[in-house]
Amino acid sequence: MDENHYLTVKAENIRENDCWEKLKSYTDARIALGRTGCSILTNDYLAFSLAHAKARDSIKMPFDRDRIGKELHAMGLETINVESSAVNREIYLCRPDFGRRLSERSKLLLDELNYQGADVLLVIGDGLSSKAVHKQAVPFIRQFLPYMDELGMTVGPVVLAKQSRVALGDDIAERMHCGLVATLIGERPGLSSPDSLGVYMTYKPYCGRMESERNCISNIRPEGLSYGKAAFKLAWLIENAYNMKKSGTALKDQSDDIQHYLTLKPHIKDTDILNIV
Amino acid sequence: MYKIAIGNITYRFDNLKDVMAKATPARSGDDLAGISASNMEERVAAKMVLAEIPLQRFLEEPLIPYEEDEITRLIIDTHDQKAFAPISSLTVGDFRNWLLNDHTTTDDLSYVAPGITPEIAAAVSKIMRNQDLLLVAQKCSVVTKFRDTIGLPGRLSVRLQPNHPVDDLKGIAASIIDGLMYGCGDAVIGINPASDSIPVLMNLNYMLDDIIHNYDIPTQSCVLTHVTTCTELINRGAPVDLLFQSIAGTEKAMAGFGVNLKMLDEGYEAVKSLHRGTIGENCMYFETGQGSALSSDANFGVDEQTCEARCYAVARRYHPLLVNTVVGFIGPEYLYDGKQITRAGLEDHFCGKLMGVPLGCDICYTNHAEADQDDMDNLLTLLVAGGVNYIMGVPGADDIMLNYQSTSYHDALYVRKLLNKRHAPEFESWLKKINLIDEKGDILPFKPTNKLLQIEKMEAVNG
Repeated sequence: MDENHYLTVKAENIRENDCWEKLKSYTDARIALGRTGCSILTNDYLAFSLAHAKARDSIKMPFDRDRIGKELHAMGLETINVESSAVNREIYLCRPDFGRRLSERSKLLLDELNYQGADVLLVIGDGLSSKAVHKQAVPFIRQFLPYMDELGMTVGPVVLAKQSRVALGDDIAERMHCGLVATLIGERPGLSSPDSLGVYMTYKPYCGRMESERNCISNIRPEGLSYGKAAFKLAWLIENAYNMKKSGTALKDQSDDIQHYLTLKPHIKDTDILNIV
Repeated sequence: MYKIAIGNITYRFDNLKDVMAKATPARSGDDLAGISASNMEERVAAKMVLAEIPLQRFLEEPLIPYEEDEITRLIIDTHDQKAFAPISSLTVGDFRNWLLNDHTTTDDLSYVAPGITPEIAAAVSKIMRNQDLLLVAQKCSVVTKFRDTIGLPGRLSVRLQPNHPVDDLKGIAASIIDGLMYGCGDAVIGINPASDSIPVLMNLNYMLDDIIHNYDIPTQSCVLTHVTTCTELINRGAPVDLLFQSIAGTEKAMAGFGVNLKMLDEGYEAVKSLHRGTIGENCMYFETGQGSALSSDANFGVDEQTCEARCYAVARRYHPLLVNTVVGFIGPEYLYDGKQITRAGLEDHFCGKLMGVPLGCDICYTNHAEADQDDMDNLLTLLVAGGVNYIMGVPGADDIMLNYQSTSYHDALYVRKLLNKRHAPEFESWLKKINLIDEKGDILPFKPTNKLLQIEKMEAVNG
C-alpha cells in the first residue's frame, strides 16, 4: 500500500461547503455552515463555543458598581448602593424570590435615609448580565436625562442594586417615596447578544405590583435598539404614565407614532431617531 | 397520612401529593416551591411508600381538588375504566414491573393508555431509572398523520424552526432552505414569530403554504401564536395547517397563558373544519415544560413533574399531531443543570408516550443554566434511542429570536447516522425525488442546481 492510500479523503474535499452562502446576508442565523460528514466544521464549533463562553461569563461577571458610580458622579448624579436578599450568584439564579426582596441591611439603609421622593427613580440592577449594565446603562442615562429636564421632572439619586430582579425596584422606590421607577437591568443573554439591556417602568411602584403593570423596553444595545431611541421611548412612557396615571398593559407603547406625542419630541441630534417618525 | 419506618425513624407524609413531591428526583423547581424531600433518605422513603400505593388510590385522592380545577375534572370525567381494568389491581411498584416485563407488549400498552391518568404516569416514573424510562417509552407506539406519518418505529422527524428576531420573510426563508437541504422539516415547519400583529402572521402563513405547495413537500406548517390569534387568522382565510398553543397542568396556570379548555375546544373545531391534511386529521400542536405552573404561582403544592404530566391529559383530548416538552427553556430555578434537564426530558417523554400522546422534545438550555451542548448531545442520543417522535432543528443550534440553544440540523444528521433512524416515509420519498438523500437515506453532496435554492426568488418570500 503506498502512502497516498492512507488518506482516502483528500484535504480539499474535507469541507463539504454549502452552496447557498449568499443567503447569509438575509439572517444572522447560523446557516450555510457546511459540514464534514454529518458534523459541523472545527471553526464553527469553536465559534459557537466562544459565543457560549461570552454569554456564560456575562452572567457570572461581578457588578462593578464603583465604575458605574464614578461615571454617574461625573454627570452630577448621586448614587446609593443596595443589595437583594440573594447573597451570591448561585442563590440568585435558583431563588428569584430572594432577588426581588431587599436585604435587611439595605432596608435599614433606605429607611434611615428617609428620602423625600422624586418624580422618577432610576435603579440599575445587574440582572442576568453585568456586561450589559456596564456597557449600556450610562450612555443610555446620558441620552435620557435631557428629556426629564424638558418635562420639568425631578430624578432621584441613582440606586445601584446587586443580585437584583426587576421587582426589587418596587421595594426600593416605595421606601424612597418616588412616583415612578425605571429599572435598568441586564437581560437574559443570547449567543448573539450577551450584553443587552432592558428597562422596566412602573408607575406608583410598591411591593406586590404585578408584571402586567410594567412597561418593558428590550434589546437596548448599539446593535439592537439604540440609546437614543430607547431614551425617547422611556421618556414618552413616563410622560404618558403620569398623564394616564397608570402603566403596564393599560398603557400601549405608541412612541413610534407622531400622532401620539404629547409635549416631548425626539431629540434630532440623535440621528437614528429620524427613522422612527 | 402515609408513613414508613426505616430503622428507628418513621417518615410521615401528609397526603398523596406530599408523597409524590418528596419521591421526585431532586430538582431546583421543587426546592423553590418548598415541597421536596429534606434529605436523600427521606426521598427514598417516599419512593418506598409510593411503590406500595395501589393505582386505584390516584382515582380516589385527586392531588388538585375536582371542584377547583377543570383539568382534574377532565382527568376524572374522561377516565377510561375499561382500559384501566387490566392494571387496576396493581400497586405503583408492581405497575413498574409490569411495564418492564417482556410479556407486556406494545399492543398492551396502547390498550391501557386511555386508563392511565397523569398522576399514575408521574407516580411510576418517580420510581424508575433513566434506562427504565427509555425502555418502556420505546415500547410505546404513538403514530400521527397530517401530510406525512410521524412516530413509526425506526423513524425520527424534525421540526424545522427558522425563527428570525423581526420576522423578516427572506431571513426566515433562508433558514428554511438551509433546513430542507439538510433533510429537516418532516415534523413541521414551525415559526415562533416575534410579532403578534395579524398582517405579519398572515404573511408568514402564506409564505409557508406557498413553499410547501410549490415544492410539493409532504409536511405541514405552523405559526406558533396564541389560540385566539390563530383562530382570527383562520377567520380571515389564512392557510392554517396546525393550531398551536402552550399549555400547562392546572386551570390556573392555563389562565396564566390566557387559555382554557373551552377556548381550545373552539380552536380545535375551527382548524379541523379546514380539512387541510392529506393522509390524516391530527391538526393540533402543543408545547409544554416542567415549571410553568409554579412560575405562575399555580402549582397547588404539586411537584413540577406531575403538573407537567397533567398537560398530556389536556393534549390527548385533541388528538394532536405534535406535542413537545421544551425541557430546558424555563431556566435554572426550575431545572438547574444538565443532569436535571436530562432527567426531566426522559420523564416527560415517558409519561406522554405512556398516556398515548405523540411526544417530541425541544432538547434545549438557556445561558444561565449549568448546561452546554454536550448535555444536549447526551439527551438527544438518549431520547432518540428511546424512540422520541421528533426533535427540533435550529440553524447551528442557536435560536436568534428566542435566545436559547436547542438541537441543530447537523445534530439531526448525527443522530440519524448513529442510531440508523430514517425520515417520515412520505418525506423520505420526497427527499429521494429531489436528490437530497440516497437509497440508504444518507445525505448526498449538495448541488447548486437544486431547485430548493429557488425558494428565495418566490413571490411570497419577497412580500
